[in-house]
Amino acid sequence: MSLLGICQWLEKTPWSIALHESIWVYPLVESVHVLTLCLFLGTAVMLDLRLLGVILRRVPVSEAAGQLFRWMAAGFVLMVISGSLLFYAIPVRTYLNIFFRIKVVMLVLAGLNAWIFHRTVYRRVAEWDLDPVTPRAARVAGGLSLVLWAAIVVAGRMIAYNWFDQPGVH
Amino acid sequence: MSWSLLPFFEWCENTGVGHAIRNSLWLFPVIESFHLLALALIGGAVLVVDLRLLGLVLRRQPVAQLAREAHPWLVGGLVVMVTSGLLLFTSEAVKCYYSDAFRTKMTFLLPALVFTFTVRRKVAAADESRVGPLWGKLVGLVSVTLWSVVGAAGRWIGFSG
Repeated sequence: MSLLGICQWLEKTPWSIALHESIWVYPLVESVHVLTLCLFLGTAVMLDLRLLGVILRRVPVSEAAGQLFRWMAAGFVLMVISGSLLFYAIPVRTYLNIFFRIKVVMLVLAGLNAWIFHRTVYRRVAEWDLDPVTPRAARVAGGLSLVLWAAIVVAGRMIAYNWFDQPGVH
Repeated sequence: MSWSLLPFFEWCENTGVGHAIRNSLWLFPVIESFHLLALALIGGAVLVVDLRLLGLVLRRQPVAQLAREAHPWLVGGLVVMVTSGLLLFTSEAVKCYYSDAFRTKMTFLLPALVFTFTVRRKVAAADESRVGPLWGKLVGLVSVTLWSVVGAAGRWIGFSG
């Protein structure tokens, strides 16, 4: 079964229809998605800004990362759950939407960026933990993260608009 | 009472800016995107201090120092937020006038702003040994609650009307 086939199947499941047509639950899930943006991205931005050496310069990087991680992770989980529900409510249209596809690609890139950061420069964090100006690789990771997540937010917001929707798809 | 703000809202909607945004395919979504990006920034700047006040994060760092460092980001975020918000508002002011979500948002926005720049600012800057931890927790909780309602009600404006 193709991805589109899966989406078409999803769209016909009773829960998808119920979610799509619900007066309260769909907006509620949307609100959770937006509010947890503060929890996840807000804390991630603070950490990225620390990596860039523009905020919390007297806080050791490992302490900032370790302390903020739980909140970032909790926000991310809520973000993924609410986001999946939003997709589940309108699968076919979302799957075909160009902004959704851009968002998915950016998400993968943001994940890769975080993974590479943890696998490389963050492994030696003990050597630069207290440096107000972090190593170049850490600054690049922080900057890339900010740019990618900003693009993800913008693409996410644009999914709601139907400029490029194919005719017949609602 | 015959006094009403409706004429003012109608005037806002009829300004050149309101017309321009309403008649453009791209402007509203683009301004909305800035509104959302600033939300994330404000969310981070507010949360990092509120969570610290609640004793849930970075407990080894003094509250006053965190608050001082977060402050410019909070103010910067608010400037973008209010500017983009006003632009969005002018494009659909009359809809906002009749929207319960918009009224709720404004009702909570004013106390959120006042609280943030008076009580919260004072408590966050105060010597922690003089202001009991309970006060800090209370302030953190009130702040998170006020801003969450503002955010949720804001999202809800899009579902009304």
